[in-house]
Amino acid sequence: MSKKVAFLQGNEACAQGALYAGCRFFAGYPITPSTEIAEVMAKELPKIGGAFIQMEDEIAAMAAVIGASLTGTKSLTATSGPGFSLKQENIGYACITEVPCVIINVMRGGPSTGMPTGPSQSDVMQAKWGTHGDHPAICLVPASVQELFTETVRAFNLSEKYRTPVTVMPDEIIGHMRERIVFPEPGELEVITRTAPSVSPRDYKPYDTSFGDIPPLAAFGSSYRFHVTGLNKAQDGFPTTRAELVQAEGERQLRKIENAIDDIVTYEDYLLDDAEVVVIAFGSIARSARYAVNEARKQGIKVGLFRIITYWPFPERQIRSLAGRVKAIIVPEMNLGMTIHEVRKCAEGKVPVTGIFRVDGEPIAPNEIFARIQEVR
Amino acid sequence: MGFDYDKYIRAGKLPHIWCPGCGHGIVMKGLIRAIDALSLDKDQTAIVSGIGCASRLPGYLDFCTLHTTHGRAVGFATGIKMAKPEMNVICVGGDGDGVAIGGNHFIHACRRNIDMTYLIMNNNIYGMTGGQFSPTTPFGAKASTTPYGNPDPPFDIAKLAIGAGATFVARGTAYHAAQIDKLLTEAMRHKGFSVVEILDSCPTTYGRRNKFKSVIEMMNDLKDSAVPVAAAEKMSPEQLEGKVLIGVLYKETKPEYIDGYRKLVASVQESC
Repeated sequence: MSKKVAFLQGNEACAQGALYAGCRFFAGYPITPSTEIAEVMAKELPKIGGAFIQMEDEIAAMAAVIGASLTGTKSLTATSGPGFSLKQENIGYACITEVPCVIINVMRGGPSTGMPTGPSQSDVMQAKWGTHGDHPAICLVPASVQELFTETVRAFNLSEKYRTPVTVMPDEIIGHMRERIVFPEPGELEVITRTAPSVSPRDYKPYDTSFGDIPPLAAFGSSYRFHVTGLNKAQDGFPTTRAELVQAEGERQLRKIENAIDDIVTYEDYLLDDAEVVVIAFGSIARSARYAVNEARKQGIKVGLFRIITYWPFPERQIRSLAGRVKAIIVPEMNLGMTIHEVRKCAEGKVPVTGIFRVDGEPIAPNEIFARIQEVR
Repeated sequence: MGFDYDKYIRAGKLPHIWCPGCGHGIVMKGLIRAIDALSLDKDQTAIVSGIGCASRLPGYLDFCTLHTTHGRAVGFATGIKMAKPEMNVICVGGDGDGVAIGGNHFIHACRRNIDMTYLIMNNNIYGMTGGQFSPTTPFGAKASTTPYGNPDPPFDIAKLAIGAGATFVARGTAYHAAQIDKLLTEAMRHKGFSVVEILDSCPTTYGRRNKFKSVIEMMNDLKDSAVPVAAAEKMSPEQLEGKVLIGVLYKETKPEYIDGYRKLVASVQESC
């Protein structure tokens, strides 16, 4: 049987990926350049008995997504920089309460209104540090329309598996570009749904660590009644200020992701085996980087590409290992230097790391990266 | 035998955090009696709140309870109701939570007419943070951030709700305890977005700054300023000066949001 092939916009593919993953609730607020995701969900969800609602603002949209997810419904919202800022309050709520949900942030220029129709990669730090307090973060940065589909599916899987919000952050180029996409058949990609409690409602505690670091989450409207609060809480879900309980819960929430790094962190190695120079890039800029690497290889330069697919947790181990064996690292990114700090941290001074930074709404072209490869070789 | 509140209160979660003389406990008991009168299924009832003294209420009650972020209760509640329309959804909170930081969510929930009840305990002050003025603090009143008197004119929550499109709006007071459950019962029975404002008092942070000598004096103030809707019809504007109406203030039948969405889903599915 031939597979279904389409020519789709990234944002459309994202919405299709969410539906494939079993998303049945979307709440959002219009914002460029992510709005097409809401538009597809508004059209498609009623057809399959799901629910779409356009809320009065970004904050309410994030709130509705968490509320819907608490009923056991896989839920999605989509936004861009200014909206992502507004959502941070309730993203923090989803973190501390450990309610699965997926947030798409199609990155545009900033800060503030910035360049609504221009691409950017400047929200990567916000994805980890945007909401206050210590909390885990998972953030995926796809580089093609096809990958935006599959990474959205993976975002739902990680969110359901680890009981945590997951952010997918295509830059505007990936969100708006049109490419060929091959739709996976139903069942072809793994689809994970959160673990339901195995204990009786009477014995259920929403943060019961006797089931490990990821306690099963019951659904509102089932036979389980429980309390959810954004206050620091004990394993029974009720507020506490007892120091040892608060400390243990905080540490567990970070640990549940740290211990799963091998399951979560994904990346692509390209021509790295003999590389003396490595370009570390993600999203649309990784495509420019690949082109530049190919051109440089034609001239006999030993250069490769390390493409970040999972931005958070950051692929520290892999980059540390690369830094120990190459002569130079180049980090092109559409911001004024964010990823480069993480890379330098991993490089530990062993190798020079240089950046190519643009925030003018123009992508970084292959020739800019090619020129830098020639400089640092 | 008296009414059995224990059936609805979570074992081991009392005493509550509210100060002596606070009316929130009276309102909570009214809510319990209303839930009992309607025989709501505990498993199928969500009680959602924001932040503040009043918003601590859900933690004490044995339902699906969600204590959310400041002002956002209605947003969370909307998600629950959309995803699981068969659930009964009740929002609770205070005046600052509901109509200051949550004001935008409040008016849009009224406009949508989504089937849920919003119980606002209005004590005219931010109690939990120590008595700053709220959008319902009377003009001229003292608060920790209005040491020379409140320069802001207050909101009338009920009028705001009616103006924004709520299809059931009622007001009571913590003094008129027996009326609270009746108003809430009628509100919850109503199909659409219903708002019940209960005028309440905060002796700790409002009373002592505004020359109320005792809790009793504050309760008497609620009693004396309240006029039932029916009685008000026979009173002159002069007699109603400085009074607040209590009872069901507004009621109309309008298409409910979830019903509308269900119809939309059915018609889309039929045509595809």
